[in-house]
Amino acid sequence: MANLKVDGQLIEVPDHYTLMQAAEAAGAEIPRFCYHERLSVAGNCRMCLVEVKGGPPKPQASCAMSVKDLRPGPNGEPPEMFTNTPMVKKAREGVMEFLLINHPLDCPICDQGGECDLQDQAMAYGVSGSRFAENKRAVEDKYMGPLIKTVMNRCIHCTRCVRFTTEVAGISELGLLGRGEDAEITPYLERALTSELQGNVIDLCPVGALTSKPYAFNARPWELTKTESIDVMDAVGSAIRVDSRGREVMRVLPRINEAINEEWISDKTRFIWDGLKSQRLDRPYVRKSGKLQAATWEEALAAVATKVKKAGSKVGAIAGDLAAVEEMYALKGLLASIGSGMTDVRPAMSGIDPSMPRSAYLFNPTIAGIEQADAILIIGANPRKEASLINARIRKTWRATNLPIAVIGEQADLTYAYDYLGSGFETLADLAAGKGAFAETLKNAKRPLIIVGEGAVSHADLGKQAGRDTIALAAKLATGTNVEGDWNGFALLHNAASRVGGLDIGFVPHDGGVCSADQIALAGKGELDVLFLLGADEYDMTAMGKAFVVYIGSHGDKGAHRADVILPAATYTEKSGTYVNTEGRVQVTTRAVFPPGDAREDWAIIRALSGAIGKPLAYNSLAQLRAALYAEFPHLARIDEIAPGSAAEIAKLGKAAIKTKSAPFVSPVADFYLSNPIARASATMAECAQMAAGLRQAAE
Amino acid sequence: MRAGQLINKLLLTEFVTAFFLAMRYFFGAKPTINYPFEKGAVSPRFRGEHALRRYPNGEERCIACKLCEAICPAQAITIEAGPRQNDGTRRTVRYDIDMVKCIYCGFCQEACPVDAIVEGPNFEFATETREELYFSKEKLLANGDRWEREIAANLAADAPYR
Repeated sequence: MANLKVDGQLIEVPDHYTLMQAAEAAGAEIPRFCYHERLSVAGNCRMCLVEVKGGPPKPQASCAMSVKDLRPGPNGEPPEMFTNTPMVKKAREGVMEFLLINHPLDCPICDQGGECDLQDQAMAYGVSGSRFAENKRAVEDKYMGPLIKTVMNRCIHCTRCVRFTTEVAGISELGLLGRGEDAEITPYLERALTSELQGNVIDLCPVGALTSKPYAFNARPWELTKTESIDVMDAVGSAIRVDSRGREVMRVLPRINEAINEEWISDKTRFIWDGLKSQRLDRPYVRKSGKLQAATWEEALAAVATKVKKAGSKVGAIAGDLAAVEEMYALKGLLASIGSGMTDVRPAMSGIDPSMPRSAYLFNPTIAGIEQADAILIIGANPRKEASLINARIRKTWRATNLPIAVIGEQADLTYAYDYLGSGFETLADLAAGKGAFAETLKNAKRPLIIVGEGAVSHADLGKQAGRDTIALAAKLATGTNVEGDWNGFALLHNAASRVGGLDIGFVPHDGGVCSADQIALAGKGELDVLFLLGADEYDMTAMGKAFVVYIGSHGDKGAHRADVILPAATYTEKSGTYVNTEGRVQVTTRAVFPPGDAREDWAIIRALSGAIGKPLAYNSLAQLRAALYAEFPHLARIDEIAPGSAAEIAKLGKAAIKTKSAPFVSPVADFYLSNPIARASATMAECAQMAAGLRQAAE
Repeated sequence: MRAGQLINKLLLTEFVTAFFLAMRYFFGAKPTINYPFEKGAVSPRFRGEHALRRYPNGEERCIACKLCEAICPAQAITIEAGPRQNDGTRRTVRYDIDMVKCIYCGFCQEACPVDAIVEGPNFEFATETREELYFSKEKLLANGDRWEREIAANLAADAPYR
């Protein structure tokens, strides 16, 4: 620990602190542009200058100077720093004047206006006028792809974007060329950035040089209603803030949640919002003589009720990737009331069995826990596509500790170096048998992390045993002899927000029910009369035969096309829904806007339907539903907490007999930008997908 | 006192002074004007009907910064913005002023960084229906085109005091 005085106040801070951190610990505010907590220190904006006693006599950049660099006085007095002296004031005013020399006065047309660091700090620390009468410099705008709009005249060369893309996103595609007045931020050969985290540079940019292209000129920050919510694009459950105006979602921004997304979000999370406005189902539809026709709620519910009453217990339900716990709970209750246990939230032929303990389908080490791992094995997953922020966390750990990482499955660019072991089950079996160098690494590891992707667990054409065996082998690898007592390294990486929540409440086959693939097969054979699709679009819609399909969802996607009745529902920004992320963390979304047209919240639709069938569910409000839900599954009531699974259960899983000989591990997310119905309705995501597929190149 | 009153009565003094007073106004300059054929003088700072101005080359001035919308105490202004189709510049898609809500405080023209929204000298825009007082962007731009000469002159006249 080091002692120093900040503005006369004596404080004690750890040795590795910078002067800026010390000042913050003492409650003194220091303006900055280039410094960012999660990026390396650049020290090039000079806005954080402070005066020090016990160091050089000129103003010092507090972000780059450590408290250790200051000497104590001759009689052992603690070194001092000042943030409010005339020298500091003059230094800040000077820096600000220099920054504004070449910064255009276009705040009225700048999208950053109103939330601009330069604007705020010029007001707080700058002087009112400029002594610079010469021409300002002009810089050509750069092309950075369909998501980021550039106005390079505004750039103040803080290099936050360059540091973010190289350090966090892991793509070296941005750089600073030239010196002094000729300095320019430029992407490599004017190509679109290829990172799935590139949107974060928009937030990082302290000025309006990098702004959101889809959001360009759409709204001002002061007219937006901010709603804190949770993202459902993947199973990570990033903390987001939904900015809306009137009935429209205008943009999505990240919130800080150190346990999950730190302060980044993926591009799918950030730019999905235009998908919330297009292809929406805004009124019920009923298929009459082969054609879907608009209907009233009464007609639609009556049509479903007639069929359900006739079908008896031959009714199935499949929940899609975006379903919240509440509506799955309600649907499960509805099916139970008519004597059916055919519910499923898992993809076709998943190896996750309802009989397995909870820890078998959780990301047990937790996302923040990745940083404690000392060896990582990724099985059948492409975390960059399936959970970009988990990938970013792995990269962060890899950069900090250079831990050994190995991959079985798809050989993709994951932004960190790894040993590629093989592509399928054989390799995993060999590894579990102790063959190969990485087996040794895993054996010696104290905190091994085994990430099992859904691509390794669900094999539509091989049956459930392959997935079960994969889980068993992964569990075996995760519980080596050297593993520390409280470490549980088995991590199942889901790719859909609904999955863990559905598994938690038992939205899986029970009481004689069958799984999703078998339900569809039964429907094809004519042995299942009614099939509910709760936003489920990722299944084979052609195989459902003559079954009466009821689609409860928000977008006109594959499921809605097959449906016989469409009941329009709300998206995650339009309802308060509980989601459990892949770690098992319970989180709740908040309603930012109302659903369009006649669309209603999913649980309310199911409640109304139960009334139409004549077996009303025992709740009339979301609060009552939640009370029932919490009584049955108490861990769901503990918001933002994880009910941990035990390592002993994982060890037990690892003892299962292996029957599978071979199975390929292929990531289920073929296209990062088009993985759910909302994304498929979004024009921005379509453009990104085309870019990623190489179908389009730099249009500008 | 009585003698003085008597003399005034006999000489019809009040009658005569009243007569001359009446004659003075009768032949003097007229204070009333023949509205609507004649109109009174209007200060360059007069805050009348709103107008959206254009640059001399015909380009609309408004850049959709939304400062007028933000400052409007009556929340009478509604703006929707976006990149313009042909050149991608920042323009309004919709610029509405609810003239029924407007309190003619002039904050919008004070906030405008490009002198686009102004309150012109026109005060004669009474309508028969409320709907006609919901001004759209087209109406405001048309106002600007009609009143540009007067508005420019007023702005120039007031410029030395700003």
